[in-house]
Amino acid sequence: MTLSLSSRLDLAKSSSKKILVPYITGGLGGDWLEVLDAVVAAGADAVEIGIPFSDPIMDGPVIQEASQRAIESGATPSSILGALAKQSFGAPLAIMTYFNIVHHAGLERFAGWLDEASVGGVVLPDLPIEEMGEWRAVGKAHGIETVQLVAPTTPDSRAKMLCKEAEGFVYAVGTMGVTGVRSTLSESATLIGSRLRGFSEKPVLIGIGVSNPQQAKEAARSSDGVIVGSALVGRLLAGEGPDGAFKFVAELRSALDELS
Amino acid sequence: MNVMGRPEKRGRFGEFGGVYVPESLIAACSELEEAFESSWVDPEFRSEYYRILSNYAGRPTPLTFVKRLSEKLGVDVFFKREDLNHTGSHKINNVIGQALLTKRMGKKRIIAETGAGQHGVATATAAALFGLDATVFMGEVDVKRQELNVFRMKLLGTEVVSVSSGSKTLKDAINEAMRDWVANVESTHYCIGSVMGPHPYPYMVREFQRIIGDEAQAQFEQEIGGDPDFVVACVGGGSNAAGTFAGFASKENTRLVGVEPLGGAAIGRGSPGIVHGMRTMLLQDEFGQVSEAQSVSAGLDYPGVGPEHSFLHSIGRAEYYQVNDDEVLEATMVLSQSEGIIPALEPAHAVAWVLREAGKIIPNGSKVVITMSGRGDKDASVVAELLKDRLA
Ligand SMILES: Cc1ncc(COP(=O)(O)O)c(C=O)c1O
Repeated sequence: MTLSLSSRLDLAKSSSKKILVPYITGGLGGDWLEVLDAVVAAGADAVEIGIPFSDPIMDGPVIQEASQRAIESGATPSSILGALAKQSFGAPLAIMTYFNIVHHAGLERFAGWLDEASVGGVVLPDLPIEEMGEWRAVGKAHGIETVQLVAPTTPDSRAKMLCKEAEGFVYAVGTMGVTGVRSTLSESATLIGSRLRGFSEKPVLIGIGVSNPQQAKEAARSSDGVIVGSALVGRLLAGEGPDGAFKFVAELRSALDELS
Repeated sequence: MNVMGRPEKRGRFGEFGGVYVPESLIAACSELEEAFESSWVDPEFRSEYYRILSNYAGRPTPLTFVKRLSEKLGVDVFFKREDLNHTGSHKINNVIGQALLTKRMGKKRIIAETGAGQHGVATATAAALFGLDATVFMGEVDVKRQELNVFRMKLLGTEVVSVSSGSKTLKDAINEAMRDWVANVESTHYCIGSVMGPHPYPYMVREFQRIIGDEAQAQFEQEIGGDPDFVVACVGGGSNAAGTFAGFASKENTRLVGVEPLGGAAIGRGSPGIVHGMRTMLLQDEFGQVSEAQSVSAGLDYPGVGPEHSFLHSIGRAEYYQVNDDEVLEATMVLSQSEGIIPALEPAHAVAWVLREAGKIIPNGSKVVITMSGRGDKDASVVAELLKDRLA
């Protein structure tokens, strides 16, 4: 049974609980499914799983390296989704990948794989709304929610349209830049959070550059929650494994719960 | 759509092209599109662009009849001499246009990717000329094999960033430039060096390069008369080819030929895919991971190709063929010794194809225009190594 993103996230939003969505790279290390379990057990409301792509232009050095390692160890779209299909998880899953991976598999076939893997949503950072028509039709037919990204440079009129079109949640790009660990939370993160909350009924989550519990809490003050990627993946690259992932996500969880 | 006219909505050439970029870059692509569209119909912009190309870059470039080679091959061969431009290649045509747009948009910094270093040198040159800050991204492999151009860029005051991710060549330099652009888009213009990337780049760069084809067409008509039977250019991203083809696309009796390296033959061996902001023919594996190209020529060592070429191929208006590294080296030798022109390795591909196909695909007596897109100085050390036994 597929858990949709909105089923879980809307509930969290309506009960004023701050939402936590960690990101991990699919196929990174032999224990990535255990990492996924640990992340859910530590309090993730949903998990984004990256299908690695050779040319990830929205990703900084950490996720680039994770992607390369995963590809070199043989991870493929079907191996990652096939592994997810064999298990169930206590939180909804979203796939984050670049559009060529979907396009090359074939839209219909890819959506079928997502179905079998009980994946509820997708984030496709290089597929803007204008190019998304065909995918959205296929995704919808399979009950898959497609998240929209909104950037600090997105003007209000377009941001409103994107918030209206968004399914699952609105991905508010917290900083102008690619994914990566940053020492301070960008000012644009708080600005975009409050701007989009005025436009959106769906949860607004801030991602890109949210790197530790303190920053997560700060970002969540002006939004419905956060997405944390590089800071977690960096720990996995350093060999911290499921235990390290559990500990870090639990810290993020309790920082966010202080606001609830 | 008339062939090589304006693309359809959002930069579509048939099923190719488009704007596949992160939301963070959408506003910048629209801003650039508006700046280009309004400038390209503005007589003041045009006259400044032509003035700089003429009194700074040295245009028009000649159309040279290459006599000894023609006699040897039994076809009449003419070179469009882009190697005689300031900085040594056609890349300056595009960069002058984009640098003028950068000023119009009020941006102070320009970034670029480069493979052979020719686009990097042209960008560094324009940055110096216009007083812009410049950063050029170049794969680590290319930094080594095009070391003369790395030095030139530095001397011109540009920062050169060596990129060590992925295949460490042009593809990865583009990734890194895109990442920089995402982070600095408000202050920075990304000066893409070929007819690739998201709309408006493929269209805009072709328009800035069409001066090659427009000039060549007028020169041919005036000096020889009529239309050439073949127009041949090498294809990396495809800017010198697109600029050349644009001048002849409406000439029904002229066959347009693009020559790809065998190890980077996006059209010859690829399939449709999405990378670097565009849908185009692409070398990729069975899962959609982009493959690494393999070519002796840094400027053609790219697994993709400009979307308009994918389109011209799909409708059969242009033909694309491949040559291997050995044929390219042979052509470099032949041309140097029969005409006194040392070509860059990129246009040596176009020459190699003509050497191979004269009397075969190219009937005897044909008139053939080849775009000599750049001069060979930058490749001296690579070629010296590869030809060391033959030149001993
Ligand atoms: C001399 C020369 N010709 C051709 C190319 C290939 O580019 P394009 O296919 O865009 O003309 C390069 C690229 O670096 C070059 O330096």
